[in-house]
Amino acid sequence: MKITKKDVEHVARLARLALSEDEKARYTAPLESILEYIDKLNKVDTAHVPPTSHVLPMSNVWREDQAEPNRLGSQTDILKNAPEAEGPFFKVKKVIE
Amino acid sequence: MTFAHLTATEIVKKIRAKEFTAKAVATAYLDRIKLLEPKIKAFNEVFNAQALKQAEAVDSRLAKGEAVGPLAGVPIAIKDNLMIRGEHCTCSSKILQGLTATYDATAIKKLRGAGAVFVGHTNLDEFAMGSSTENSAFGATRNPWDPERIPGGSSGGSAAAVAARMAPLALGSDTGGSIRQPAALCGVLGLKPTYGRVSRFGLIAFASSLDQIGPFAASAEDCALLLHVIAGSDGQDSTAVDQPVPDYAAELKKDLNGLRIGLPKEYFIAGTDKEIDKAVREALKTLQGLGATVKEISLPHTEYCLAVYYILAPSEASSNLSRFDGVRYGHRAAQSANLLELYEKSRGEGFGPEVKRRIMLGTYALSSGYYDAYYAKAQKVRTLIKQDFDKAFEQVDVIATPTSPSAAFKMGEKVADPLQMYLSDIFTISCNLAGLPGLSIPCGLTAGHLPIGLQLLGKPFDEATLLRVAHHYEQAADWNRRMPPVAASGKESARA
Repeated sequence: MKITKKDVEHVARLARLALSEDEKARYTAPLESILEYIDKLNKVDTAHVPPTSHVLPMSNVWREDQAEPNRLGSQTDILKNAPEAEGPFFKVKKVIE
Repeated sequence: MTFAHLTATEIVKKIRAKEFTAKAVATAYLDRIKLLEPKIKAFNEVFNAQALKQAEAVDSRLAKGEAVGPLAGVPIAIKDNLMIRGEHCTCSSKILQGLTATYDATAIKKLRGAGAVFVGHTNLDEFAMGSSTENSAFGATRNPWDPERIPGGSSGGSAAAVAARMAPLALGSDTGGSIRQPAALCGVLGLKPTYGRVSRFGLIAFASSLDQIGPFAASAEDCALLLHVIAGSDGQDSTAVDQPVPDYAAELKKDLNGLRIGLPKEYFIAGTDKEIDKAVREALKTLQGLGATVKEISLPHTEYCLAVYYILAPSEASSNLSRFDGVRYGHRAAQSANLLELYEKSRGEGFGPEVKRRIMLGTYALSSGYYDAYYAKAQKVRTLIKQDFDKAFEQVDVIATPTSPSAAFKMGEKVADPLQMYLSDIFTISCNLAGLPGLSIPCGLTAGHLPIGLQLLGKPFDEATLLRVAHHYEQAADWNRRMPPVAASGKESARA
């Protein structure tokens, strides 16, 4: 699998990562060699093999749909970690023009 | 006799018997940390004041005749990807610098209840991605056996802290070997429990289908003590299953007669250092002398484990790490024209090179047109890898392998070549893919005095057998009691 600078830029955009020109160049070769290594999986016949997403013999685990206030700490403490907050809100740039 | 030579089990016994106070123990260990930290750099942060407060609380309960927990007054070091309420939690990443945890991870909550004393947050490869602890944004941790060498990773700080006896116990997390490989390279015990044995609530996620929290210790008995406290179901993590938690300490005492050990031929390969191969085979002879039988087995899909892992783990990581976007917490880029640019710049500035590489790899594997070729394919091969183990465990009770193909390597040696770095996890990854428990125990030293680890893999939820094997082995061989010269030297104040 040949990885081009364009591929790197496309994936970086999907991943929401701003990369410098230097980084783009530095990620191309390792990505290519790792993907090349990974290609060995094509030797395995998996036509009749089901996928494993996790190993536990369980599907859904249900609970009552009830709010648990302070499960992740108090609102005040959580907002203290915000780069920018206003009242009870996280503040970001205007989303809709 | 110093505190450093005592196990956690002995410490808690003596504190309960009031032979010494929890405060004396905490003070002694904090002094050791102060003395050794400049050489080892195991910690991102040391909780001096809080640790003493926790220890004093234990002493005051004892003074009042109140009940104390099974880890009363035992100092423990915590990997810096586990949330401790009120303390910073960084994952050794610039993107989380300054974050204060607003709640306790379930494992931390349980440790608090058991009376443990948190001495500090230990260094790791950024977001637990790495095998050497060199990928930390705050500098590399040194191997206590040779400061020119890496301690392994990603839980390198926790492994080094226990190896240098800066704490008798530590917690780490293991996604592809991040507890067992550093344990092997630092000469301590490291256990990755069965997937679902320990709640992951409050562990900052790397790859959710593979991550598990587990103990570092200097003896099987201590490992059992710590696992017993942190194991069990949890309403906050639906994958922490409702399976009874055995009395691990009692299980240790059963003998090894008739225990069947399997040696997978795919793990005894030419690429492993000769000294390691020899030490592992010596250990197996010792176990045979204790009543175990040994037979060769086969895990035919072994050669695909690394490739499967390097699709699944980065894919899950690329999804998990999407939450770090500069909005609710963590680093936010100073100048951005719009919200999209804020995400891209904050993440571009906040993440280190290996984390970016894995996010890129995972995003690529999950992207439109490649999902079936990579992610879906890897999930299918994962099934075959798990089936190999299911079949093997019909014939044997435990599987034994080297933990790592080589002893601790020099700092900087593998930084330039990610694939070479990834290959150092070649023996530890299958355990996570199959969700099994895996324990690394010290089984020798190289001619250059670097620790060697023996890996034991068990049936799901059969940590008890692994710990029992380790416990009996320790009675016959004393590798777990060997300390690096830096830790064993008398220049310290921690005297009992």
